Amino acid sequence: MRRALPFLLLAVALAAPIHAQTALPPAPYADRQLDDPALEAKATALMHTIRCLTCQSQSIADSNASMASDMRSEIRERIARGEDPEAIRAWLIERYGDWISYKPTAEPILWPLWGAPVLLLGVGGALAFRRIRKHRKGSA
Amino acid sequence: MKRSLILWIPLVGYLIFLGIASLGLNRDQQTTIQSRMIGKPVPGIELPAASSSNPALSTKEMADGKPRLLNVFASWCVPCAAEAPVLAQLAREGVRIDGVAIRDARADVDAFLARHGDPFQRIGLDARSTLQFYLGSSGVPETFVVDGKGVIRYQHIGAIGPQDVDTILAKLREAEI
Repeated sequence: MRRALPFLLLAVALAAPIHAQTALPPAPYADRQLDDPALEAKATALMHTIRCLTCQSQSIADSNASMASDMRSEIRERIARGEDPEAIRAWLIERYGDWISYKPTAEPILWPLWGAPVLLLGVGGALAFRRIRKHRKGSA
Repeated sequence: MKRSLILWIPLVGYLIFLGIASLGLNRDQQTTIQSRMIGKPVPGIELPAASSSNPALSTKEMADGKPRLLNVFASWCVPCAAEAPVLAQLAREGVRIDGVAIRDARADVDAFLARHGDPFQRIGLDARSTLQFYLGSSGVPETFVVDGKGVIRYQHIGAIGPQDVDTILAKLREAEI
């Protein structure tokens, strides 16, 4: 044990810079689930569709950035207080714009996204209909 | 003839998709997120004092008739240390600067101010980035120009360099009207 002590101290000394990104421990609900499973499910669903400001290709549920941790805690605390997830999303969009949400909106720029399935189904249906009619005529 | 042309459509569509996708892959992924709070009042939040030398910050008291800077910083943030001399210069020119220390501890803020100077009037401790979220701020350092009515007029993202001083001073003058 006595021999291990210097190594232990060294390990502790070297471990410090890892925490240097911020000076504080994570916010209370950054990595702790809410006690009520139904509320936690709501919070998790929302967190998976909110984009991290630091690691911009990740959701805040997937990111270890300290801002994402703080945002997870903020969301869980608001949900625990009874706030509606979509109201929290709207609150964030009001501050950061649509960019922060992964959930598609009804903005004009996204109309092709919503329209494409309808259009493709229509075209496919028409093609199939013509094919079938032609086939029936041919066999009759 | 017409039939064989139609057969090419899916391939053309695929090539267009491939072109857009490869363009997207080469684009810079990190974008700067401008706050949508510009033109809106500073959200009223009361923060405890972040240092031993400066009073606490309540953003409810920002509407005192004169414009000021609200500087979002942290003792653990390297670019914040880089912009410290520029903030000191602005303070010498009479600019009022309030600070928000993000996810910080008092001892660390004290050490930061002792090392890099203290251009701040009040400094609030934002231990869980709460005010930062309210401001629509996406990182440190960021600086907001707040007018005498407590309305956010301008946001500077990143460290303020010597080349940004004129813009900041101009925005402060604009905020006086």
